[in-house]
Parts: sequence; structure tokens; C-alpha cells
Amino acid sequence: MKKNTVKKITTEPMMNYDLNLLQGMYKKMLLIRRFEEKAGQLYGMGQIGGFCHLYIGQEAVVVGIQSAQIEGDSIVTSYRDHGHMLACDMDPKGVMAELTGRKDGYSKGKGGSMHMFSREKGFFGGHGIVAAQVPIGAGLAFAHKYNESNNVSITYFGDGAANQGQVYESYNIASLWKLPVVFVIENNKYGMGTSVNRSSAGDNLSDRGKAYGIMSEIVDGMDILAVRDAAIRAINYCRSGKGPFILEMKTYRYRGHSMSDPAKYRTRDEVDKIRKTSDPIENVKSILNKMGVEEKTLKDIDADIKSVIAEAAKFAQESPEPSEDELFSDITVN
Amino acid sequence: MTIEILMPALSPTMEEGTLSKWLVNEGDSISSGDLIAEIETDKATMEVEAVEDGKIGQLLVAEGTEGVKVNTPIALLVDTNELPHATIKKIAEKPYLEKEKIPTKLINENSITIESNSSLITVREALRNAMAEEMRVDKSVFVMGEEVAEYQGAYKVTQGLLDEFGDKRVYDTPITEHGFAGIGIGAAFGNLKPVVEFMTFNFAMQAMDQIINSAAKTLYMSGGQMGCPIVFRGPNGAASRVAAQHSQCYASWYAHCPGLKVVSPWSSKDAKGLLKSAIRDPDPVIFLENEVMYGQSFSCPDDDNFTLPIGKANIEKEGNDLTIIAFSIMVGKSLEAAEILKDKNINVEVVNLRTLRPLDTDTIIKSIKKTNRVVTCEEGFPFAGIGAEISALITEKAFDWLDAPVKRVTGKDVPMPYAANLEKLALPQVEDIVSASLQVCYED
Repeated sequence: MKKNTVKKITTEPMMNYDLNLLQGMYKKMLLIRRFEEKAGQLYGMGQIGGFCHLYIGQEAVVVGIQSAQIEGDSIVTSYRDHGHMLACDMDPKGVMAELTGRKDGYSKGKGGSMHMFSREKGFFGGHGIVAAQVPIGAGLAFAHKYNESNNVSITYFGDGAANQGQVYESYNIASLWKLPVVFVIENNKYGMGTSVNRSSAGDNLSDRGKAYGIMSEIVDGMDILAVRDAAIRAINYCRSGKGPFILEMKTYRYRGHSMSDPAKYRTRDEVDKIRKTSDPIENVKSILNKMGVEEKTLKDIDADIKSVIAEAAKFAQESPEPSEDELFSDITVN
Repeated sequence: MTIEILMPALSPTMEEGTLSKWLVNEGDSISSGDLIAEIETDKATMEVEAVEDGKIGQLLVAEGTEGVKVNTPIALLVDTNELPHATIKKIAEKPYLEKEKIPTKLINENSITIESNSSLITVREALRNAMAEEMRVDKSVFVMGEEVAEYQGAYKVTQGLLDEFGDKRVYDTPITEHGFAGIGIGAAFGNLKPVVEFMTFNFAMQAMDQIINSAAKTLYMSGGQMGCPIVFRGPNGAASRVAAQHSQCYASWYAHCPGLKVVSPWSSKDAKGLLKSAIRDPDPVIFLENEVMYGQSFSCPDDDNFTLPIGKANIEKEGNDLTIIAFSIMVGKSLEAAEILKDKNINVEVVNLRTLRPLDTDTIIKSIKKTNRVVTCEEGFPFAGIGAEISALITEKAFDWLDAPVKRVTGKDVPMPYAANLEKLALPQVEDIVSASLQVCYED
């Protein structure tokens, strides 16, 4: 895959951004970062089992897109889903308690890290099979259109999933039927341990929409303002009934694919370089600084978030395991 | 020289058709490739082309004649231009067939009792009525699948739905089972009630991941928050002469999975009552039809609100000596076997399972406690099949009531062969049920 043609949007023209909006996005990104750090810790302590895929490094993608959504829009994503849930304003306590497999988790402890849902918040999972959420997201868009609502479906998937056949089956139908779906490819450069260059033919993953007549845009997914702007354009396009849109977010995950991945397929230098030069949270922090937000305010924000996360972790460890009769409940509705 | 033009077979399961229209007249000269007639099968109306040059000597079957068997001569073609018409008439060995002389249906309708407030309709019509009735009362119900709209259904099950409900309720999909099954599931998560047709369940293997991992498991994985009210329906099991990749019974595959409901109707009444229940059901339902049954007629209640409960078997025939447990097409074969066994003084009880998951264990066990002998019947493979499951259940719950080991009648443990004789051997026949029954009764 060739070097992409990301338009690096400088922060200067963005100084006009609404301070509250920017501060809100900053808080959400930080919430996700701290949540994931805590989840990593709890995993290390044996409090979280199974697979646990952290979102650290990719926070700007989901928070930027979420800032462009309206009430009733739906979201669906893969197993790297904690950040998406927090971006949807799902309760960190419920998410963390699900990670620890407790009764107060969003799925009563029966879903785990990869399988959580909140219809109320428009979050439709949390899907453990690579790319299975893509037709589901197109189906949610189908429902929006069928119900003649003004809503769109935001369907996230990774660069690894982008090679699955069902993605293209979904592109085809979404384009034919003009479904209001924004396909967001979170290209973090590695599908588990295989780099995108070694797994994906062609120049850019987003180019593949062309064959189906789907418009696309490549975005610097580390720059939340660029993400937000692109999301507004894509969502407006879908909302106006023109059909699907693809956003390819060039992003990066700092941690391994899952907790059990030592990430030997890339150098430490590569990760450090990105952390130092394009960390999405540091990027916003420096804009906030330039806009005159005091260091103390930022420190207070961080302290508040740390206490929210500490509370969530405490809650998740104290919540009891699901009762044994939960084993046979919720298999079918009746 | 005179050539007989024969009624052509236009599909694997076609045994007869309607000669709906002649496109030529007696005495017309025709060339190979010219259209000569329109023939309507239970699947479609098709035009028939001449395969030889010549002159139409005589039309042997009147326009509009129903039930014309495959290979019946329908016209005579003369290859000389000179023979006078009178001579041609003489060559004709068969008399001109009058429309009313040909039976209109394969089965003997006189033997079917039409219940009150019911009509004699085919399984196909019953399925279509079920969908149409539910679509009329519930706007969230829609139909999607390959060829379900403009083509009117590959097997005509969705005939007329597009006309009545329009393209906002009836969707033709591309031939991408994995994708459209997933879109249906997403729509169900979005509170719609999709009825997804698979042209056959053989193709649903492409969609297996979505059906099992997304539709069946999400309610559980979400702690009961997010159900998936969807119906996947279509023909299952063997059709006729379509070989291994198109002839397989998937009943045990789906029945294996918690989170799914698996229904398999036999009669028109089953088809209507169960499909309506499936559409109203809040859970994902796998609805296994049978292509061979589509054209068969049964008495079916007219009531728009008629439903049958999912999870309840039906005793089609009561008896004391032996229980035959079957579903789908095997119910009819079991009833035929029961007739034969009656002559041998064996009074058979035939249980039509109707639903495979959840299985109506109570009805099965009750019947066994009465008859003490069991034969199970299915088209699927024997290993880990429905019969194997029933046999295990009986051993666990009614072992002391058995007077003989359970006997399974199943499809053979081989991919379906194409050759007609081998196909017949591979599929369970009435004689196999009779023979298994005699063994279980120690009468062989």
C-alpha cells in the first residue's frame, strides 16, 4: 500500500472551534484512554478474562465521528469496542463490570469485552467475528430508511476486516439501495500481526468503494478536527439520501492486537514515534492550550476522569458474578 | 416422417404442467427455434421452442389443458411439405385430448377431507397467504431474497407480494447470501421483522456465520436486551435429480444451536399456521420447507388469524402399536407406510414434529408410553441427526417403556448421487419405513 495522500489539516484555522465542543471531545478521549489503561491493568491482575482489545491511540476516530451524530443514529463495531461504548455515553461502570464478567455488566456478564449492546444509546455491538458487523450496520441503515427516519448508521471496521467478502456484499447492496450508512474503516495499519501492506492489495482501502459507486475520503484519524469535519460531510451526504459513504481513518493502536499480543511485528521506535508526534489527545491538548485553557483546568479534567474510572473499576470488582440461573436465561425471548 | 413433440420437463421436479397457449396453428411451417407454445409449471410460465424444422401436423392437446404429464405428445410435426392434412391426421395414434379428461392435480383430491371454514390449497399458496396476511397487519414485516419480487419467487412462493405491497416491502437481493442475511439481521436489530428467503437452504451455508453467530447468539450475549425477530425460510432437503450440493436436509444443523427456533411444516395447514407464528415470533426462526411439497394440496383454514404454536407436535394419525416420528415430507411417507402396515394388523401412530427446536418432547414420550415402539424418519444423514437426538431422548426419558430398540429411517450416509436409481436408494422411501416398522414390531 502506497503512502496515503492524507491532507494534513493544520490546527491554525481550527482556532475558531467552539471551546466547549473541543473540551468535551478532549474529555471523552481522555475518558477512553484512562478506561483502557485501567482495563489493561485489571487484565494483568486476572480480573478480566479472555480476549481484551484496547483502543488506545485511536480515540480521535470515534469521538470525532460521534460529535457529528444526532439522536437516533446507530453505531455498530467490532470487538475493539470499549471506546465506542464510552463515546455513546454508555456508563463506564456497566462496561467495566461486563469486562470483569459481573451481573451489573451491560450483558449481565454473559457477553464480555467483545459483546455489549445498548439499544437506548444506539450502540448495536460489539461483534466478535471479523467484519460480521458490516452487513449488520447496513441492515440498521436499511431499518432507518424503511422507517423513513432521518437517521444514519455508522458502521466501523478495521483494515483487517476490509478484506472480508461480506464487506463487499454490503457495499454492493448499500449502494444499490442507497442505504444511509457511513462505513468507517479504522485503518490502524495492522490486522492482528499482519501489516496492511502485507494483507491488502491496491493503494488505499477506501478506493475499493469506487467499484460500487461509493464516495470515500481518507482522513488523518489522529486529528480529531479533521475527523469531525470529514464525519460531518459524510453524515450529511448519507442523511440527504444519497447512499453510503466510506471514511478511511488512518490511525494507530499503541497496544497489541489483544492483551496477549506482544506486538513483535513492529518496532518500539515506530510506536514511540507516533506517540510523540501524533498522539490524538496531546494534539487537542495543545490546541486547548493555545486557546487559553489553563493547565490547572486540564489537570482538573484529568483528575475527574481518573476518579470516574477508579469508581468504575471498584464497581466492576465489587459487583457479584451473575447468579447461576442466568446460565439458562435470555436464550430465546419466549 | 412424423415427429411427436412431447411435453417438456422444465424443472427438476416438474411432473406435469399446463399447456396455457399454442403459438402456432395446424398447418404452420416452423423452423427450429420458433416459439410454439407457452407452458405453465408450478414455478413459472415458459415458452417452448421447436427443435426441428417442419410443419405442424396436428395439435394433440387443447390450449388451457392442465395436468399434462411430462413426455405426453402434445403435437405432431411433419417433415415433408407434401403430405395432405388428412394423412397427417391418420398418423396420429392418440386421440385429441379433451381438457376435462386430464386430472388437474397429482394427488387425489377426493381423498382429502376439507374441514369447515377451510379450503383446499397448495403448500405454496399457504406460505404465500401467511406472508401476505402478516404483511397486511404489521408494517414492520418485509420480504427479501433472491428473485422474490419481480421474478415472483424462484418457486413462486412469493408470487403477487410485489404487486400487493410494492418495492418498499419486497426486495430482490443480489446473489450474496452472507451479505443479505447480515442485512436482514441488522434490520431485525433495528426493530423490523424481516422474512428472508433463501432460494434453497443449500445456499444458506454461505450465511451460516451470520445466522449462528449474529442472529442466534446476540440475545444471550446482550443479557436479553437485543433480540433478533427474523425468519429465514426456503426449501430444504432433496428436490429431484439436483445432486449433492443441492440436496441436503439441514434440520439437525440448525436444531443443534441454542438461540434458534427450527420449524419444518408438512401440510398447507402447517405451512400457514407455523409461518404466521414464525413471523410473529420475537426470536430468529429457521423455517425449513420442502420443494417437493410446494405443489401438494391440503385442507387449510381460511382464517387470517389462524396460527399453530411453535414447539408443538401434532398426531396426524392415532395408533397403539408403534409410533412413527417424522417431519416435513417424511410425514406423508409415514402416513403411506401406516396404510400398508394396517393391512398387516399394525396400528401406527404418526407424530408430525412440526418444530425441531424446541422439540415437543412431551408428545413424543406420551406416544411412546402408549405404543412402546418407535421409528424415526428424516431425509437427513443418520450421523448426529434428528433421529439420533430423539433416540437419545427416549433412552433418557422412556427407556423402561420400550419393547424394542428405536429404529432410524434416514437418508443414506453419502452425498446425494445424481443417477436416478442411486438417488432413490439414497433417499428414505415408504418401503424403508415399512421395513423398519416391521423390525421394531419383530414382524420381519
